[in-house]
Amino acid sequence: MLIKELSDLPGVSGDEKKVRDYIREQLEQEKIEHFTDSMGNLYAVKKGRKNSGREHQIMLTAHMDEVGLMLASVEKSGHLRFYTVGGINEWSLVSRPVIIGRDEVPGVIGAKAVHLQKPEERRKALQVDQLYIDIGARSKEDAEKKVKVGDYVSFDVQAGSMAQGRMISGKALDNRAGCAALLELLQKEYEQGFTAVFTVQEEVGLRGARVAAYRVNPEIALVLETTTASDLPELKEKDFATTMGKGPAFTIRDGSVVSHPRVLERLIQTAEEQNRPYQFRQYAGSFTDAGIISQSRAGVKAGVISTPCRYIHTSASLLDKKDWEHLVEIAAGFVGSVHEKGLE
Amino acid sequence: MKELIETLTGTFGPAGAENTISSVILEEIKPYVDDYFTDNLGNLVASKGDPGQAKLLVAAHMDEIGLMVTYIEEKGFLRFTGIGGIRNELLLGSRLVFENGTTGVIGLEKLKEKKDPELSDYYLDIGAKNADEAKERVKIGDTACFLAPFALQNRRVMAKSLDNRAGCAVLIETIKNLPRELPIGVYFVFTVQEELGLRGARPVSYRLKPNYGLAVDVTRVGDTPEPEYKMNLALGEGPAIKVKDSSVICHPLIIEKMTTAAVNNRIPYQFEVLERGGTDAGAIHLSREGVPSGVLSIPCRYIHSPSEMVDLDDMEHAVSLLSALLQESW
Repeated sequence: MLIKELSDLPGVSGDEKKVRDYIREQLEQEKIEHFTDSMGNLYAVKKGRKNSGREHQIMLTAHMDEVGLMLASVEKSGHLRFYTVGGINEWSLVSRPVIIGRDEVPGVIGAKAVHLQKPEERRKALQVDQLYIDIGARSKEDAEKKVKVGDYVSFDVQAGSMAQGRMISGKALDNRAGCAALLELLQKEYEQGFTAVFTVQEEVGLRGARVAAYRVNPEIALVLETTTASDLPELKEKDFATTMGKGPAFTIRDGSVVSHPRVLERLIQTAEEQNRPYQFRQYAGSFTDAGIISQSRAGVKAGVISTPCRYIHTSASLLDKKDWEHLVEIAAGFVGSVHEKGLE
Repeated sequence: MKELIETLTGTFGPAGAENTISSVILEEIKPYVDDYFTDNLGNLVASKGDPGQAKLLVAAHMDEIGLMVTYIEEKGFLRFTGIGGIRNELLLGSRLVFENGTTGVIGLEKLKEKKDPELSDYYLDIGAKNADEAKERVKIGDTACFLAPFALQNRRVMAKSLDNRAGCAVLIETIKNLPRELPIGVYFVFTVQEELGLRGARPVSYRLKPNYGLAVDVTRVGDTPEPEYKMNLALGEGPAIKVKDSSVICHPLIIEKMTTAAVNNRIPYQFEVLERGGTDAGAIHLSREGVPSGVLSIPCRYIHSPSEMVDLDDMEHAVSLLSALLQESW
């Protein structure tokens, strides 16, 4: 399945090549026109039945990159020290299997064993500088034969199905679920086309989307994302950012963007007409590519539609397949509706 | 090289007040470049090579950190705000100098409780007996930079503003080194206001529309006792090829170009991953439709203190690496 295959690929911000190559292969099979820019953003031009040449009017994006680690230094003992790339919780790192660099050298994230920790250390979450990656090297020289400072590190996790196939678990559902949705959307037929962009470096500051928006110069942009589902026992319902299984989430406002009111209205209208569930993202923090896209050139009407996902930015995130399927259909309906009626 | 670094670090130039340093640099490079101009924000642009070929923007920021006067007290003491990343713990006892030569020393109020002092707990004493005397020398909004003597010892330089006059010196020496003809078009840009958030580099790369970008700047090292960050970088082990900092993930193409040039010319180099800090490449690589960019870093200790330290061999190797890089076809 597309989401699972995409989720398993390593693609930490700045090193999206394997994800890009996979998506490009899919585009080639579908014979969809595509190109890549200097930063690594992958563009696909979806033609409509009416060959209007206005495919740039609507831009749909999904970021390909995921959070991860980068090697910072090599210890005399051959242990590797690292930095985080993108927002990642230290506590989620200990004892995870990882792969390092283009050659995917396997390693595990280690820490001082419980026996050796002082009682106060056991109570506190481990910090990055108390952790290291162990690739089984006997010395610095031995380690440097396989890896070097600056190599990327990604979780080594296979995606799986849960709950009678209702749920998908995997490491990089944020935002390979969005990439899979965008690929799915590219396979449908439309009266008029659109431009799809698989962006890079979202997790380190929306960097790919900035130059992509400049290049495409769209009027309207819809960002396909994956967002925190916080329907968890220790929180009250009013504090749930989103809830799993209640349909895709529309963003009203986050830390980077206020969704354009016409875009938001049209998303709601589309979902209502299709009789599909939807929810609003009840959390006004964090960033998406829509933030930078909305400010490109003289401004772009931008919105965000997300699949709710528990435990994002860890090696074990979880999403509901139905939410994702509804997202695809609503986004497709949105594109058709904008072409048919305009946005005003 | 020594004299050049001494001149550059001895010159006034906090972010936003780069006129003096800009004219010092222009005097150095004028005879060696094909053309030059200063843009609307004060960036100094000098070009060389074949403009019909690929265009490479090489940037070094010429501004330095400093202080700006915000308030003059009745007794003549000055209160100030930081220009760029000022580290409070390094301020007490530092000397600063204004563009008109007025010198001051930084004092600290008695702290009511034991804590890290805030910027507002410090004041600048220019020896004025009252506000009127102070106002004869400075006014609100004037900026000052550190004042510290230059020293060279064991091939290591100690001076103020090596961030980033060291980078400026590498560009200037490279310009002097290069043959008349180049296979590519090179814009050497001495940028303004880097320390305030890469503000100069952004409009100048928009204007020049380069095919590739390269910033030359100093970077932190991990070779001192109990360093702040776990880095392999050391002074004297060669210039660094940056992989990532918080402003940019360097383009693989540029990293490879730099590495190949270093290997082919037997120039020592190190790879750099910097957890915190940014360079002009952060702004250049996101210009317009994106510009593949990289950074050539000069390892530097005590960055943003009144006395920073670089290694002369690293500087000379950086000049060799940059000169080699600019004589290749792109």
